[in-house]
Amino acid sequence: MSDMSQSAALDRRERVRNGLSRRHRGEAIFRGIGIAAIAIALALVGTLFWQVLSKGLPAFTQATLHLDVTFDEDVITAGPAPLRSDYASAAQYEAAFLDWRRALAGINWAALIEQAVRAEMPELDAEASDIRRLVDNNAGLTLRQMYQDDPALLNQTLNVALLGSADTDNWLKGTIDRSLPDARQQLSAVTRAIADRFAADGVISMDFAWHIFTNTDSRTAPASAGLAGAFVGSLYMMLVVVVLAVPIGVASAIYLEEFAPKNRFTDLIEVNINNLAAVPSIVFGLLGAAVFINYFRLPISAPIVGGLVLTLMTLPTIIIATRSSLRQVSPSLRQAALGLGASRTQMVFHHVLPLTLPGILTATIIGVAQALGETAPLLLIGMNAFVANIPGTPLDQSSALPVQIYLWQGNENRNFFEARTSAAILVLLGLMITLNAIAIFLRTRLERNK
Amino acid sequence: MSATETQASPVHQTVRTPDPNAHPARLKADAVSVFYGEKQALFDVSIDLPEKSVSAFIGPSGCGKSTFLRCINRMNDTIEGARVAGKITLDDHNLYDQSLDVVELRARIGMVFQKPNPFPKSIFENVAYGPKIHGLARSKADLEEIVITSLQKAGLFEEVKDRLHQPGTGLSGGQQQRLCIARAIAVGPEVILMDEPCSALDPIATAIIEELIDELRSNYTIIIVTHSMQQAARVSQKTAFFHLGKLIEEGPTEEIFTNPREKRTQDYITGRIG
Amino acid sequence: MNSFVIAAMLLVLLGLAYQTGWSRSRAVAQSSGQRLHSRPIYHGVWVALWVVIPAALIMGLWALFGPGVADQFARSQIPAEIAAGLEPGQIVNAVSRIKAIASGFGIIGEPQPFEAEAARALSQFQLYGFLIVILAAAIIGIGALLYARGRIVPGLRARNQVERVITLLLLACSGVAILTTVGIVASLLVEAIRFFTFINPLDFFFGTVWNPRFSTTGTGAEGDYGLIPLLWGTIMVATIAMLFAVPVGLMAAIYLSQYAHPRVRNVVKPLIEILAGIPTIVYGFFALVTVGPFLSGLGATVGLDIRATSAATAGLVMGIMIIPFISSLSDDILRQVPQSLRDGSLGLGATQSETIRRVILPAALPGIVGAFLLAVSRAIGETMIVVLAAGNSPVLRFNPFEPTSTVTVTIVNQLTGDSDFAGPQSLVAFALGLTLFVLTLILNVAALTIVRRFREQYD
Repeated sequence: MSDMSQSAALDRRERVRNGLSRRHRGEAIFRGIGIAAIAIALALVGTLFWQVLSKGLPAFTQATLHLDVTFDEDVITAGPAPLRSDYASAAQYEAAFLDWRRALAGINWAALIEQAVRAEMPELDAEASDIRRLVDNNAGLTLRQMYQDDPALLNQTLNVALLGSADTDNWLKGTIDRSLPDARQQLSAVTRAIADRFAADGVISMDFAWHIFTNTDSRTAPASAGLAGAFVGSLYMMLVVVVLAVPIGVASAIYLEEFAPKNRFTDLIEVNINNLAAVPSIVFGLLGAAVFINYFRLPISAPIVGGLVLTLMTLPTIIIATRSSLRQVSPSLRQAALGLGASRTQMVFHHVLPLTLPGILTATIIGVAQALGETAPLLLIGMNAFVANIPGTPLDQSSALPVQIYLWQGNENRNFFEARTSAAILVLLGLMITLNAIAIFLRTRLERNK
Repeated sequence: MSATETQASPVHQTVRTPDPNAHPARLKADAVSVFYGEKQALFDVSIDLPEKSVSAFIGPSGCGKSTFLRCINRMNDTIEGARVAGKITLDDHNLYDQSLDVVELRARIGMVFQKPNPFPKSIFENVAYGPKIHGLARSKADLEEIVITSLQKAGLFEEVKDRLHQPGTGLSGGQQQRLCIARAIAVGPEVILMDEPCSALDPIATAIIEELIDELRSNYTIIIVTHSMQQAARVSQKTAFFHLGKLIEEGPTEEIFTNPREKRTQDYITGRIG
Repeated sequence: MNSFVIAAMLLVLLGLAYQTGWSRSRAVAQSSGQRLHSRPIYHGVWVALWVVIPAALIMGLWALFGPGVADQFARSQIPAEIAAGLEPGQIVNAVSRIKAIASGFGIIGEPQPFEAEAARALSQFQLYGFLIVILAAAIIGIGALLYARGRIVPGLRARNQVERVITLLLLACSGVAILTTVGIVASLLVEAIRFFTFINPLDFFFGTVWNPRFSTTGTGAEGDYGLIPLLWGTIMVATIAMLFAVPVGLMAAIYLSQYAHPRVRNVVKPLIEILAGIPTIVYGFFALVTVGPFLSGLGATVGLDIRATSAATAGLVMGIMIIPFISSLSDDILRQVPQSLRDGSLGLGATQSETIRRVILPAALPGIVGAFLLAVSRAIGETMIVVLAAGNSPVLRFNPFEPTSTVTVTIVNQLTGDSDFAGPQSLVAFALGLTLFVLTLILNVAALTIVRRFREQYD
């Protein structure tokens, strides 16, 4: 028997040994697949960021002309600004001032730019339209505003920075194929030549595009289109979300975790909240369109409605996250508080809640970040309307950052707006990263103080 | 095997005194130390573990006995930051040799854990798992035979023969632990390591497992870590006492319990430390 | 202005009430020599609640019904002989013009004399109404204050009552989530039923042609509203997404939870989770400018006609979006499989991959299936990626490299810029929304139940 078991043992060892190399190969392959999966995921993160950065960063500088503009009295025919002392009443002065401004609006400011360009390039043989395409449509407005603010500029010559047009920017950055034939270029050969010459002379330089942050969207002057309106719209919405979703969410989490009896009804609430967290965002948009806009007649395209929709959408996220941080507070603390004669409410508000503050904060920021990036429901409540003003109140028409991205990516001037869209994405991602960084910073601070 | 069959229930058994040196030791440890990161958990342990007998490691919790047990089939490899110094040899081959294959080693040195841990599969699949991954069975019938034999050796077959294809997790705690023993036996190991195999069981299940260990002794080298000195006294032929990561004393079980050389061993046995 | 007055009044009342309750309770305690049951703070809050709740109730009622009352009043101000000559729609229009004049916003065109007259009356009515409400709120508030003050005795269980109000408030807050679901279901059902008065439900659910001709009037039932092409597009895109995301996400989770060194894990896991935080519009843009052209170029080199915007592009990018979702859910679930099972398998001499494939994955299977179902639910509800990258072509096609359209895209198309919900063209969005909601609801509830059972098994 001993011999038999001996030989059986040897046979078994032989069999194990025979399988070893195959099994180790399997192990290596499996592990390799795992590493490959990680590599793919990381490569995708990398590609996405590289794409957005490489396309978006150049948009933060824009072709800007630095021209010596003379405020020529032959062109500026509106006469001097009315003086208050010349008029008997304030009303008369107001009327005269308005007339003067109206006259300014009628002046051909582009002619000043044309003169300045011709002065820079005396040998130039070009049509006025060729020169006009060089600068942004808002450039005239810039000059008008300068003059209106300071009428003493009349007949003076000043070096003014004027934004180049989107097409000029494309040509100089090479975002349009420079070898395309004339017919398929956005600018005439003459305009292109001027642009190249100016770029070489330093008249055109790539300046930081502050107006991305200070201007609103613009249809007529794409080069000066900015994010300010959408940014303020998003800001209002986030305010609504923070003011509504956080208190309501934290309160429901407290109720469900600390007070609710365990019965069918609270079970239903639980299932309901978990399900709401997974309902597609666009369904919340439908809710907003049907209830807030169609039934309650709240204004269309307004941040207040967007904020309400996003509040309902983020509520489950905040409730779930707050509940899980409430659950982490040890039962012994609760028992200690109750044992000292505190009521349930006192126990929750004096002892448990302060400990969960970091958790609630994180929940809030996760919710706000989610709401900040949401687009689909906003399209259904009309926030994709073109809005040229910065909204003054949450009841005014407005856009939002992600919606602005959606609108810009659809612009026909692809060459220009692809970069502009990427820049807007960078701003949005930047905001989200900042939010998360603040959350992490505050959380570590709060946890250390504990 | 036939020698132990006639024995009375181990609960009533008195300490037996077979000479542990009757069996040669194929498993030897030489100056084994274990580090978890910076911390040293085991200091220079050297011991011979005789073949086809039961060796018990006793000592207070945290004394390093489980750590040492896990060194023997290199389960410490799975713990992040664990490092083993020294030598453990089986048939004069160092288990920590670079060329040694852990998979092969663990097929020769099986392990039974503190808490019964049957896989969430059927009873049959639980036992068949080891033979399947190692490719031990030539055919389906062969596999079935291995499973049945293993269940028989673990004393479980009669209880489960009608429900081999029901989940192993549905068994009672004691049955689960015997299933885990059957699972280890099915691979055909030479050594079986048991890490407090009865600590999660009630006294009756414990008695059955102890009886089983006694039966298995005729075919396997068994090393058992236990909290209970009575258990060590009942089932083992050799006992080693660990304290604070050091091997304090080892010897035939009877000697350790009746006539310890070291004061610390005596203190532990009489309940003064622990 | 109005809201400022209200807020100021409420604040003053609140402060007054709190102060009264606080000082009164102390005085009562001192004079009677008895110990207060609750601390003075609670008495303060108790009185404040007594004051604020009725006052807020009155103003809430005014906010709710005031506009309706004003509407009625404005309507009644239109002289009967003029009203008789107007269509119902013109009356509504006149009322809104009157309200606009009264509020001082001004209107287009010169107001007619009767309009100006009515507006004057209306603004006066509104002013009086507002004053009466404020006065009523103030009087009732002060009355309640005096009443509550009189009830303060040392044995008053102010704390218990305050706490009961707080609990009720908390309960009301958790009702918001329920109300949201009710609102979703109700609004989808109501508008969808209106849609089905135009279009036979059978034609909608089983129609294979989608072609809702847009008529300028916005009414009329011409056009085909077949759901099948949209549903097929949705399924195709979601399938492609899952085919890509499941292997990558699951293998990443396996590697991170079973193989990776903790230090590697701590770096890689957040990096992958960055993908989860990126807004979907960014993915859409990425699909449009990067993945689409890349796929189409790839197709050209192998002689395959791949359109830049297609089911494949949208599906692939959606897959990228879902990877972190699957990997972090699976990671959670894999880590819940007890270590003892792993040890058991390794102790028998299994390699790590054998342990994972034969023990850990089967043990975690229910949880992982739940995670997949949640991911599917997410994929079919995703909107912006498909809006930008799927090509918006609602035709029943089986080639994934051709453009397609989905339920969500069509909701956006049919509802954007239209808020009147008059014809089937816009109402169909709600029927589609209902379909989407029911589909995701089934998936979510199934997934959540499975995951919950799994968690309980190993708790």
